[in-house]
Amino acid sequence: MKGFLALEDGSVFAGESVGADGFAFGEAVFTTAMTGYQEVVTDPSFAEQIVTFTAPMVGNYGVEPARSEAARPHARAVVMREARGPVWTDWLLEHGLVALSGVDTRTLTVHLRNQGAMRAIAVAGEGSVDEALRIVAEQPLMAGRPLVAEVSTPEPYVFADRGRARIAVVDYGCKRSILNRLAAAGAAVTVFPHSAQVRDLHAFDGILLSNGPGDPEPLHDEVDTVRALLGRVPILGICLGHQVLALATGHETYKLPFGHRGANHPVLDKRSDRVLVTSQNHGFAVSASAAKEVTHVSLYDGTVEGLDFPWLRARSVQFHPEAGPGPHDAWPLLDEWVAEVAYAQAA
Amino acid sequence: MPRRRDLSSICLIGSGPIVIGQACEFDYAGSQALKVLREDGFRTIVVNSNPATIMTDPGFADRTYLEPLDFDGVADVLGRERPDALLPTLGGQTALNLAMELADEGILAGLGVELIGAGPEVIRRAEDRELFRETVRLAGLKVPESTIVTDPADVPVDLSFPVILRPAFTLGGHGGGTARSWPELQALLERALSESPVGQVLIEESLLGWDEFELEVIRDRRDNVVIVCSIENLDPMGVHTGDSVTVAPQMTLSDEAYQELRDAAADVIRAVGVECGGSNIQFARHRESGELRVIEMNPRVSRSSALASKATGYPIAKVAAKLAVGYTLDEIPNDLTGTTPASFEPTLDYVVVKAPRFAFEKFPGAETELGTQMKSVGEAMGIGRTFTEAFLKAIRSRELDGGAVTPWEALDAIPVGVHAWFRRDLESVTAALARVHSLDDLVADDWLKLKRLGISDADVAAACGATEAAARARRRAWGVRPAFRRVDSCAGEVEAASNYLYSTWGEQDDAPDEAMSRDRVPGHGPGPGPVVILGSGPNRIGQGIEFDYCCVHAAKTFRELGYEAVMVNCNPETVSTDYDISDRLYFEPLCVEEVLAICERERPVGVVTQFGGQTPLKLARALEAAGHRVLGTSPEAIDLAEDRERFGALLDGLQIRCPAWSTATEPDEAVVAAEKIGYPVLVRPSYVLGGRAMRVCYGPEEVRAAMADATGRVLLDRFLEQALELDVDALCDGEDTYVAAVMQHVEEAGVHSGDSACVLPAPALSPLERTYVEEVVRELGAALGVVGLLNVQLAIAEGDLYVLEVNPRASRTVPFASKASGINLVAAACRLAAGANLADLDLPADPTPAQVSVKAAVLPFARFPGADPVLGPEMRATGEVMATAADFPTAFAKAERAAGRALPGGGTAFISVCDAHKEAIVPVAHALVGLGFELVATAGTAHVLAAAGLAVEYVRKVTEPGAGPTVVDLVRRGRCDLVVNTPQGSGARTDGYLIREAALVARVPCITTIPGAAAAVEAIAHAQPEISVSLQERISAARAS
Repeated sequence: MKGFLALEDGSVFAGESVGADGFAFGEAVFTTAMTGYQEVVTDPSFAEQIVTFTAPMVGNYGVEPARSEAARPHARAVVMREARGPVWTDWLLEHGLVALSGVDTRTLTVHLRNQGAMRAIAVAGEGSVDEALRIVAEQPLMAGRPLVAEVSTPEPYVFADRGRARIAVVDYGCKRSILNRLAAAGAAVTVFPHSAQVRDLHAFDGILLSNGPGDPEPLHDEVDTVRALLGRVPILGICLGHQVLALATGHETYKLPFGHRGANHPVLDKRSDRVLVTSQNHGFAVSASAAKEVTHVSLYDGTVEGLDFPWLRARSVQFHPEAGPGPHDAWPLLDEWVAEVAYAQAA
Repeated sequence: MPRRRDLSSICLIGSGPIVIGQACEFDYAGSQALKVLREDGFRTIVVNSNPATIMTDPGFADRTYLEPLDFDGVADVLGRERPDALLPTLGGQTALNLAMELADEGILAGLGVELIGAGPEVIRRAEDRELFRETVRLAGLKVPESTIVTDPADVPVDLSFPVILRPAFTLGGHGGGTARSWPELQALLERALSESPVGQVLIEESLLGWDEFELEVIRDRRDNVVIVCSIENLDPMGVHTGDSVTVAPQMTLSDEAYQELRDAAADVIRAVGVECGGSNIQFARHRESGELRVIEMNPRVSRSSALASKATGYPIAKVAAKLAVGYTLDEIPNDLTGTTPASFEPTLDYVVVKAPRFAFEKFPGAETELGTQMKSVGEAMGIGRTFTEAFLKAIRSRELDGGAVTPWEALDAIPVGVHAWFRRDLESVTAALARVHSLDDLVADDWLKLKRLGISDADVAAACGATEAAARARRRAWGVRPAFRRVDSCAGEVEAASNYLYSTWGEQDDAPDEAMSRDRVPGHGPGPGPVVILGSGPNRIGQGIEFDYCCVHAAKTFRELGYEAVMVNCNPETVSTDYDISDRLYFEPLCVEEVLAICERERPVGVVTQFGGQTPLKLARALEAAGHRVLGTSPEAIDLAEDRERFGALLDGLQIRCPAWSTATEPDEAVVAAEKIGYPVLVRPSYVLGGRAMRVCYGPEEVRAAMADATGRVLLDRFLEQALELDVDALCDGEDTYVAAVMQHVEEAGVHSGDSACVLPAPALSPLERTYVEEVVRELGAALGVVGLLNVQLAIAEGDLYVLEVNPRASRTVPFASKASGINLVAAACRLAAGANLADLDLPADPTPAQVSVKAAVLPFARFPGADPVLGPEMRATGEVMATAADFPTAFAKAERAAGRALPGGGTAFISVCDAHKEAIVPVAHALVGLGFELVATAGTAHVLAAAGLAVEYVRKVTEPGAGPTVVDLVRRGRCDLVVNTPQGSGARTDGYLIREAALVARVPCITTIPGAAAAVEAIAHAQPEISVSLQERISAARAS
């Protein structure tokens, strides 16, 4: 069956439908990771997005439940140059995801790079392009949109009950890989909803602010909670969690034109001059700053990739040290944080 | 960290002649490195014996030494030049081994030369099997279970078969193999022990059937590590990776499995301690269990890294050279993109497939089964947006000769063990083609589907019983056209200035360059416009690096002349496919379909076909038919020279003599023709490359046998015996001809010119003969209307001059002749093709060089057990070396040394010649005795030598009954220092074959022709000790005189 992707600027990309019938709205973005398609599609940070893979062939090695970053897919639709099935395409269908194959993804990618990520609709089957474009124009913009409530856990739960440090994870759309890495580092892990209050969190040895979708700017309650915890409990922010920490410490955030999504982004640790090859997935960033708390910068566009506030025992990174998918270069960052928290708690 | 300030001069060692396992990828690496080192202000010194390399061009380094790549050769250069550092990681295994030898012998320390890129400890840890295994184990990774053996007695009795043998310190796993039983093991072990320069062989757990992956890793001195590329082998473990079809990026691993490999690769490079450079690390992975084994690491730039560079657009050799002199990854820009740093790991939005090119047809009798020892002679790469598209391009690009035996001959001949994912994808192609029956059935959508699978117009045409042109016309009528996309190493994420392109289907064309969007009306643009240069495709015997050398110079020259140079080629090893060389690089098969599509996009002012060997010539007619202009010599003139009937008539008209000839298709017809011509005759198929399937026949039976092997029309030529054979390279502007080099072959006519040693200037040519030769070449140039390069092969027999062959294009000898004479023949030819006259070129009146240069061929016989190592009319050389000296004996001795066949100064010479040569061998034997050699000979030869009054020891042949050792035993035991054996017929089980094979295994120089033996004796007697002189010094001395 035919299908197409229509962007709000009127561009249309034809393809074959290989997933569910119907249509899906979202912000059209692309990721350059060559492996980990299942992880990408199930990553809650991709909520309300239509994700395009620049990788030439997707679905080659099937699917595996353990690889999912959440209980269900969060991307709204998937766009590929060449989908390989049947396991992957069956999975897409089963989960009701609109998926297109045979799309000129390179042209689409270059278009998004030049014009910026934009609202789009993916349609499986025949449909009126004009009608589709009309509805796209009615969809909300990503900028200014808080999305964490839609993907956060409704109730707290214990992920790992034993460990050398008790870590609270504030779930803004947390990937399983973060929880797995924390547990592997020896932490006892409890996960809280995005709306967790200071009283829920202040007794833990450390607080991890997770990744998540959407614009950080409207997350006033979350930011206030974090601000209240600063200096009281050690904090580590990842991705959206990094942006929330930045807002809580007086920095500003802004929307990147098309974001950083991939598994090959080099980041310079300014303190050691070492380069980390990182996994990234963000459409917003912390505004550039000469402040001394900026510890990491992107070697690709100079954007802020990490902050450290030793006097507040808080730090954060924009990239994904937990990988999933992507290189493990920054795993030690999580391990070291857990070790530090455990050490501080023991002292 | 910035560039090191304590270094100012750096010596780089090349990899020498092209051999199997070590080809032009190291010229690519070396020339890239020299470029960045010079940009950084270093004084560069290069040592390499291979004249067909770009890195040895006088403009590429401050000092260029075409010297033998052996201990003495390099030590001599280091002593003269006293560089601050030696960079050994860009010249393959040859350079690495030499650097270790120089370090171990204290030469480097004595001269104060620092080893940069990889230090001796690092090289040892990576290259010494046991040290490497220990290092990997300490890093927490697994290696295959194994044991090191230095003596057959060391083999543990509890071995479980199959096992793999890997000799230490050899090229491409050379001398190794897989043994499935004790007898097999014993046979292989003996060979493996002798092949290893340190007499060390690893016998290891066989991982037959495991999947094989390679990662290209780079590390800097701050311990930053990036993975440039992952490569997956389609042929699983057990087949040498050089012989495998490989794909990048890896296709079948999940993220967690791939990251495990990535982590392991980083652990290995750190544990081994490579701290500023690239490495290639090979892994075996069990398909089901995911068990991982580290197989091997090369602490240097390798064939795979050349492939990875071309596959990703990441210039590994440039980065490695920069790291070696102090930079870190975050400081080095990737000049392909101009926007990303070298720490940006490439991400691909296309698939790349490499297919090996074999040449088994050249080695009748040789085993064709693939194993752990590399046998392919070249490779082709295809880029596409799907696996099958890339795969089919690579397979097409191999340019197989009809009837050639090769793995993966047809699409459905999928080897055992290929991963189901690849199998399924390939089967979908076969299935799609099976559904195609008629062009009339195909509409736009069908065409698009077929093209997106990678199926060529020719394949569709074949399935429909139509011509390729008809299929193409229909496809185009449906509006299905290729689109061209950029290789940018970042999947479009970053704006990249890349000029590196490939084609695909059903997509938009990447925005053309600014240069391309200009008004193309000639005379209205800022320059004359683009020129498309067609490359030579995969290396094969008869068409190798020499042609790539010519194409690179063509691109350089046309750019200097103001044209935009557009390169088309599909060989990832080459310098021509470095995106630096041209204004635009199309990495595409050299087939009519792709080349026409490129020309349609480029609208060139001309297409250059004379530098890429036979490959572009085959396309010339189709280009002309499509309305494109072929620059230089016209396809019509090429046809005139290649069509024997027309050429014969032309010679008759000019009253130029050629050997009597005829053509035939039937055996009886051939015998009649042969009798008319007179024996011996040379039998060959028409339109041959490298003398494929050529044979000299002395009687009707041999003619019949030769006809049985041939298909189609064959040529029969009178074979001139005892002739002086000459090779001439000339330049022609359509009217006037400039004879640039007259070279003399050392071996007689009958040995293919590519396999014969060759001397410039020709020592045996009298001034009068030379004048006559030049006269004939001038007449031919004018008569053919050649515009550009002209190569003529001639012979002088009994006072008469014969023309054997005319090639109105660049020949194999062009790089050698250019370097020996100091005239850049390709640059001159390009200027002529662009419209200049000879008079405009300012060429020296007499190009004859004052010094004597010798080119010697390097033969791959050791790779093909079962094939007879004897020189003949069919070319088998893979590469060549050059040496220059004040006189012939010195130059010849040096060339033989450079070719790895150093002539002995004395000792025992074994002689066994066929009856026809019994008389001619006497003076050679006499000279050997005079030089202090002891002679050993088999009965017939011994008799003749004794009768001539020489002291000679008799030894029996293998097939002769009797007691005591045979000649083969003597050779095997190292009792002979030189073997002279001319063949009495050829074939696997003759005595001559057994002698030659034993010499090959024992690495004793083995000479199979009388002129070769005479030259060797002259060289042994008269070679002078000489200090090495750089190319630059020779050129300036020549200019001064």
